[in-house]
Amino acid sequence: MRDRYRAGLGLLILTASAGCAGPQSVFSAGGADALQINRLFTVMLVGAVLLWLSLNGLFLYVTRRRPGRMSRKLAEGVIIGGGIVLPLVVLTALLSWGLSIMPEQRAPGDGLRVRITGEEFWWRVDYYPPGSEEPVVSANELRLPAGPRTEIELLAGRVIHSFWVPGLGGKTDMIPGRTTRMSLEPVTPGIYRGQCAEFCGASHALMAMNAVVLEEAAFARWLEAEAAPARAAEGEGQAIFFREGCGACHAIRGTPAAGVVGPDLTHLGSRTTLAAGILPMERAAMVSWIANAEAIKPGVRMPAYGHLSKAELEALAAWLEALE
Amino acid sequence: MRTVRDTDAPAPEGPFPPTEAMLAEPVPPEVAEAQADRLRRVWATPKGWRYWSAVNNTEVGVWYALTALAFMLCAGVLALLMRVQLAVPDNDFLSADRFNQFFTMHGSAMMFLFAVPMFEAISIILLPSLLGARDLPFPRLSAYGYWCFLIGGVFVLGSILFDAAPRSGWFMYPPLATQDEGLGSDIWLLGLSFIEVASIAAAVELIVGVLKCRPPGMRVNLMPLYAWYVLVVGGMILFAFPPLIAGDLLFEMERGFDWPFFDPERGGDPLLWQHLFWIFGHPEVYIIFLPSIALAAMIVPTAARTPIVGYSWIVLSAVGTGFISFGLWVHHMFTTGLPALSLGFFSAASEAVVIPTGIQLFAFVATLMVGRVKMILPMLWIAGGLAVFTAGGLTGVMVAIAPFDWQVHDTYFIVAHLHYTLFGGMVFPVIAGVYYFYPVIAKKTLSERLGRWSFWLLFTGFNVTFLPMHLTGLKGMPRRVFTYPGHVGWDWLNLVSTVGAFVMAAGFAVFVWDLLRPKREKLTERNPWGAGTLEWTHDLEDESWGVRSIPYIDTRYPVWQQQQLVDRMDAGRFYLPDAEAGRRETLVTSVIDGRPLQLLRIGGPTWKTIWAAIFTGGAFIFPTFAWYGPAIVSAVLAVAMVVWWLWTGSAEIPENEMADVGLGLRLPIYVSGSGAVGWWAVWITMLGDSTAFASLVFGVFFYWTAGTDYPPAGAAHADGPLALVTMLGDSTAFASLVFGVFFYWTAGTDYPPAGAAHADGPLALAALALGAASWALTLAAREANRRHRTGLARLCLSAAPLLTLATGAALIASPHVAGLEPTEHVYPASMWVLVVWTVAHLIAGLIFQLYGLAGLIFGRITPRYDAPLWNSALFWHFLGLTVLVTVAMIAGAPRVLG
Repeated sequence: MRDRYRAGLGLLILTASAGCAGPQSVFSAGGADALQINRLFTVMLVGAVLLWLSLNGLFLYVTRRRPGRMSRKLAEGVIIGGGIVLPLVVLTALLSWGLSIMPEQRAPGDGLRVRITGEEFWWRVDYYPPGSEEPVVSANELRLPAGPRTEIELLAGRVIHSFWVPGLGGKTDMIPGRTTRMSLEPVTPGIYRGQCAEFCGASHALMAMNAVVLEEAAFARWLEAEAAPARAAEGEGQAIFFREGCGACHAIRGTPAAGVVGPDLTHLGSRTTLAAGILPMERAAMVSWIANAEAIKPGVRMPAYGHLSKAELEALAAWLEALE
Repeated sequence: MRTVRDTDAPAPEGPFPPTEAMLAEPVPPEVAEAQADRLRRVWATPKGWRYWSAVNNTEVGVWYALTALAFMLCAGVLALLMRVQLAVPDNDFLSADRFNQFFTMHGSAMMFLFAVPMFEAISIILLPSLLGARDLPFPRLSAYGYWCFLIGGVFVLGSILFDAAPRSGWFMYPPLATQDEGLGSDIWLLGLSFIEVASIAAAVELIVGVLKCRPPGMRVNLMPLYAWYVLVVGGMILFAFPPLIAGDLLFEMERGFDWPFFDPERGGDPLLWQHLFWIFGHPEVYIIFLPSIALAAMIVPTAARTPIVGYSWIVLSAVGTGFISFGLWVHHMFTTGLPALSLGFFSAASEAVVIPTGIQLFAFVATLMVGRVKMILPMLWIAGGLAVFTAGGLTGVMVAIAPFDWQVHDTYFIVAHLHYTLFGGMVFPVIAGVYYFYPVIAKKTLSERLGRWSFWLLFTGFNVTFLPMHLTGLKGMPRRVFTYPGHVGWDWLNLVSTVGAFVMAAGFAVFVWDLLRPKREKLTERNPWGAGTLEWTHDLEDESWGVRSIPYIDTRYPVWQQQQLVDRMDAGRFYLPDAEAGRRETLVTSVIDGRPLQLLRIGGPTWKTIWAAIFTGGAFIFPTFAWYGPAIVSAVLAVAMVVWWLWTGSAEIPENEMADVGLGLRLPIYVSGSGAVGWWAVWITMLGDSTAFASLVFGVFFYWTAGTDYPPAGAAHADGPLALVTMLGDSTAFASLVFGVFFYWTAGTDYPPAGAAHADGPLALAALALGAASWALTLAAREANRRHRTGLARLCLSAAPLLTLATGAALIASPHVAGLEPTEHVYPASMWVLVVWTVAHLIAGLIFQLYGLAGLIFGRITPRYDAPLWNSALFWHFLGLTVLVTVAMIAGAPRVLG
């Protein structure tokens, strides 16, 4: 009997956690900040459920059970007890604990600094290793080392956005004309999905990105590779890229393409997603994106290249995909 | 009795309060019948097409409520369409652009076209009957407000049919909203500003109604709780809407004329809008919530069949909530990177509001514990509302903790939280109120069976829709997304929410059907719930006169606590049982203790208010399409209509000094100065107006301190104290200014930019001197007239307008000759906007002066009957200060502070 009870409870927890998990869920936490907020939430949730049940239980009791008349004096005591004493005690405790975690959550980083700029509807991601003033420029994917705390600087292009990776921690807005900051301390390697959280126009819904947390050593290797110029193959894809003027907007280090309007494509093929977290990094997706980006992401700045033949699109996509 | 301060009106004569013997004296039936006939004739609602010229609160209030309901249903349909789009991942039922228009309009309409107007509508309907008054003090103002609301609402909501609706969210954050192409943002700004003006008009009327139109003897501590809440909420509207109107002005100047208030390239700052918007936006939440608590405060004692427990606690809490609500706005901005100190302060302030809210809820529980509860249908809705609201309140406690808000801000968790508070704190109590008060309005009761069906459908549907959204948000779904991918695990939750939304819609459909279905039932009992307050003395045979006679009140629950009250009211034993002069009349009493002061004559049916509303609409709507010529013509015509309506319908010289109001009491008919309702209305309006001006001044200091190079550390130093300053500033406009000036004396920043031209000093000082002279002449005219020196008064008021014009010209010249170009940088733009504001008010001051002059010349104003001069002087006190502050800001501060 006891075992069956246990098994049932286990199943329940399993179902519940499966129901709560997800790539963008605060419950799939892999960062110190997110874990700390989850503890806060758990305590608040239990408290809130208990308070809700007692308050509404009391209301149900006095309206349905119709207890005898209480004296007015005693009733005023109910007002003072429930309306003043109870909230004072509960809220003082909650505020002291809840606000005390704020400095930790926003503590300065240990060395690595990442500058993220919100654009319509994608992200510039620039890495500043300790001591370096020249950034390693990337886009639409954030990679972080597990262990140390990374300083995150936030900027915005034309409109306000908000940077948020729920599995790692809270969000901070990106505001034109200002630089805001936060920091993140990932602990578990893995992929955590993030998304713009401040309404930023037509395709606000389609502005996401993966945050990939790597072991420290793996991160160092990756950053070194990311800093290197592209190993661009010669061929038809490259020719189409330059013929169509793609380099006016996109940069590929190590080639003449040096545009800064759109995302950097130097190591495009090594990213986990395409078009700021909304498409898989696959040939077919790349082809349809280039052919008509507007159809996939309304309001995007990238023009449609529908005039290219299917073969040309395939060649271009293959070339870009090979930029690893 | 003491005479009225400041005025030359004669004192009331005769006994007060009435004795039991006086009240017991019978009225001969034929006299009573003749009185009733006269009253009926005077208060008759016009028939046929002329019906729409009615201004009586019982007509206007019902139109208002039904219009707000219609707008709410439209906004609800938008929500359903959005739920269809979100039912499954990657759906293409709605395009991104259309979805964005829909969610913008859903929020905007629910807030501006439903929640606030619905409070005003219900209050316009109920307040006179709660106070035993015949009508509100300015019935034509209510009518004007209604027509403005209707025109503005149709304009804003109608834009959705032309695919031109605003699409940047109901919060309209710049730069997205300022740079948005198309008319959407202009429709939002101008259309809703127009409605805000109407809302403020209604708030002024309701505040004056509560303060001055109570029945004789009803001291403030005897007022029905609903009236207290009207007072608090009216005051909040007065201080909360003006910052938004000031923000709208800056916003529209940027959109229309490229003044760079929110453009960081030229020194502007998008965050200023967020501050101004939420200084409005957070009180707005309580503006919506408190009236519903007020409805509960009327229903609960009736259900418990006992007077409310903790009356004083509730009143204090309502006032406290009102004040605290102005200190919470930053919790909408926890993620904007403000410094931890500010966040901590606003977290604590946000939690503090739990205490007054808790007191109010526990007062209801305590009342139910004291009484013998009868579970009437409205009480079921209240109970449902409580269950829903407490859940929303508890999630509110969670999100007020800044670090938790960093996770859930702008996610579906917040969508769930806000709908729990708004349904529990507004929709359920309002429906409870409709079921409860319906017999007062329609003399029938709504169906018990349909009411229960509607409740359970709505309650179930609501929870099925919104409870899962907490989880959806925690699983990472942001708000305001038109679609979402299938692989993130939000699909089944969204599907459940969509199903729930349709169940909810069914609940609303049942309610609306019950409300609007033709009712063949016989009339209800007069007091079907056995309530104790005055509105239940209404006449079952519908009469437009409000009450047959205005009772003397000395208890909180007169129907329960005063012997023979209803019989004597019906018999015309109390005050004002007659309408001998053939005019619509009601009593004005003193603010604190309800002594009768005046017999107020109020306006009857008229078309002038509709024309005034149409032209005011033109003045706001034409600029949307950049048709400035027609807009100016409309504005001039609107002003002309208002002047015509005041000229023909207010402060009329009566045929007698005094009138008999019954029970041996004689009251003056004409009162001017601080005893007059008109003076109070000007005073209250100017408080609101000063708040808008203070917001503009706040904007200047905001730029001053936020600097132009935005180092995050520097910004952190600037924003924290700034927030504190604004809190003070919101209630005390000028104190904040002085405080702010000294506070920022030492703040070293580069606003104004180095080498920038400053407004011309001598010209600004000339403007100040001219303005002061004009102000002095306006006052002198009033005093000369009082002393029967009419010629001198006319002379003063002939010279004053010229000085006013010269003031305006000098004010414009001051920045103009110095070469301040508003499109170059935010510094000249913010100097110019203060000038524009002040010049607009000088024009209003000019109209006041000319109105006074005309009154003196055409004999509408005499040494004894001089109310317009008092009101004009009061306006000029505020205007004088505005000119002073503007001159100090444009010419003084930049030189002193650098």
